[in-house]
Amino acid sequence: MADTEKNVISPVISSEYDDALIAKEEAEARKARIEADSLLPPDPCALLEIRHLRKCFPIQKSLLGKVQKELVAVDDVSFKLMPGETLGIVGESGCGKTTMGRTLLKLTQPSGGQVFFKGQDISKFNKAQMRPIRTQMQIIFQDPYSSLPPRSTVGDILSEPVKVHNIVPKDQVRDYVLDLMDKCGLRDYYYERYPHEFSGGQRQRICIARALSVKPELVVCDEPVSALDVSIQAQIINLLKSLQKSMGLTYLFISHDLSVVKFISDKIVVMYLGAMMEFGSKKDIFENPLHPYTKALFSAIPNPNPDVKMNRIVLNGDIPSPANPPKGCRFHTRCPYATEKCRHVTPVYREHEPGHFAACHLLDSERNINE
Amino acid sequence: MEEKNYTEDLNASNSENCSEPEEALDKNVRLMSPTRMVVRRFFRSKLSIAGLVMIVSLFLFCWIGPLVYNVWGQAESDTTGKIEYTQHAVTYEKNGKTYTFYQVVEVEKSLNTLAKPDGDHPLGTDKSARDVLVRLMYGGRISLTVSFLAVFITTFFGIIFGGVAGYFGGAVDNIIMRLCDILICLPGFPILLIVGTLIDAAGIDLKFKIYYLMAFLTLISWPGTARLVRGQILSLREQEYMVAAEAMGYSTTRKIFKHLIPNVVPQLIVAMTLSLGSMILYEASLSYLGLGAPEEYAAWGTMINIVAEDQNILQNYFNVWGPPGICIILAVLGFNFVGDGLRDALDPKMRR
Repeated sequence: MADTEKNVISPVISSEYDDALIAKEEAEARKARIEADSLLPPDPCALLEIRHLRKCFPIQKSLLGKVQKELVAVDDVSFKLMPGETLGIVGESGCGKTTMGRTLLKLTQPSGGQVFFKGQDISKFNKAQMRPIRTQMQIIFQDPYSSLPPRSTVGDILSEPVKVHNIVPKDQVRDYVLDLMDKCGLRDYYYERYPHEFSGGQRQRICIARALSVKPELVVCDEPVSALDVSIQAQIINLLKSLQKSMGLTYLFISHDLSVVKFISDKIVVMYLGAMMEFGSKKDIFENPLHPYTKALFSAIPNPNPDVKMNRIVLNGDIPSPANPPKGCRFHTRCPYATEKCRHVTPVYREHEPGHFAACHLLDSERNINE
Repeated sequence: MEEKNYTEDLNASNSENCSEPEEALDKNVRLMSPTRMVVRRFFRSKLSIAGLVMIVSLFLFCWIGPLVYNVWGQAESDTTGKIEYTQHAVTYEKNGKTYTFYQVVEVEKSLNTLAKPDGDHPLGTDKSARDVLVRLMYGGRISLTVSFLAVFITTFFGIIFGGVAGYFGGAVDNIIMRLCDILICLPGFPILLIVGTLIDAAGIDLKFKIYYLMAFLTLISWPGTARLVRGQILSLREQEYMVAAEAMGYSTTRKIFKHLIPNVVPQLIVAMTLSLGSMILYEASLSYLGLGAPEEYAAWGTMINIVAEDQNILQNYFNVWGPPGICIILAVLGFNFVGDGLRDALDPKMRR
């Protein structure tokens, strides 16, 4: 009763939307959704299943260490990844792609949500419990220069994980590593060399070899080619693809380069400001993008044919600060089709076509879905 | 359709490039390992070579010297009695004439004290007729051993505390760093004087007093090293290869000691060589103040201490206090030269 009275007095009467009330309702609905989903059993077929993954960083603390303000880097991300698939994650810089990749590998502790790897919820696992799982999920980094220890030889870098995890018997380690180097396009005489003796592309090959040395099933590729020049990019991408075929790997491919993602991915997640905007198969996303952000993003892919006129959708403004995301739909500040509803109500992420998800009010109204 | 084109593009560029993969270096071209590069750069500087020569010759002098020149023991007095003649001239005037008397006094000394440098004693003898050269060698052993031990212990504590503080951060870091702040605030010398008195009161063999004192000195001087290590580890911890080590599921010990510490070692070596010089000075100062090694088992500082007691020696017998002073200067300079040379050699920006 007291609540309703308060709402009547609140100053937002003139507007159709009461932000405080909407926020409260949304928070409740979301909590209910997360709780309901958390009871569901994990998908037995999926190698990796993520539900409502959330990662916050404190940016302001009170004197007593209580978090007063936080930056939500990854907000409510859910998807499934089947064995042997490649999932591409695209989005602008600073949209939380990398943080998401690191959070699901538990390199940073998730703030909420569940991560199922082969049916086990690893989000609450401690270090010792993670140890055996570490060999099954690996990461390749963006910067091949800082991701190799400068004072170890290539042989040491590659054989250390093998020895620590007892991947092969001790006397076979060298042969195993040389075989791995061969698979990754590295010459055997690189074994005794130091990382500073190599070019970016070769270093990235070493990074790939290191990630694969523990025989993982899932590899998170965190923009593995964006620091390399284009001809080398093609080599590395092809190497990743052939390794996927020969070793049966599953990739989570994070990139802002849409053409690379298009080439390698089976499914694509489009992220904006930490949240998922659209998810679907490569075909769905590229041929029939639903979300205005995806449309704008894909209209920016350069076409090598000069005769084709580009219908580029130019977005105004910059990406808002994730410390202070806009109310309602996150994208409304830059969306050319934004309505009053978008400014106040957060759109629900739902399936619009089979296997094709998006979060947008416009799509909801087209299909006459009413809240 | 479009996708197919792209695939072909990639394959085309791949087959072109992959037949000749990016080959930066030929098999026969062998780049140097980081360590070899550092060694080469170190030896390019004349000053660091000079420093190295100074230190090596001091070490040879102190450890090999007594084996070669073994005529006298460390605390052995030269008891070859010697008759010494002294002449006094007394002049006076009487009846306008000047008379001069010469009085020759014959003294038979049981000890050959304060002998001038000669064949028997290349650097002469001191007040108690002990050979200065021999004492210089044995004294150097004490001085160098003590400072090396002190530096190693300091570095050990520094690595442990600094490494833990830098790696774990948060409350652990805060506690260790505040402890460091407190220790750095403590005035070293007055406390050492008190500790020296306490050691005397406890009746510990004077021969080992200097070791206890230096051990105490390490207790209050590790914070410097700890801060250095912590700073380095804080920056290295954020490197991507540490994230990769985390993703590999390495243990914390392995990450700290196999991946972090080896990358701090260059800076540590520099800090260690530079602090060796200051430790030698510390030892000399302590001995000079009479807190250090006893006279029979003198360190370099103790040998200079004699000057404080006897003005005559300071004025007339340079051979007694000069050599230990020169040795201290050589050691400190040598370690500083080597430290400077190493710092330049380890600086990755100096790729020459």
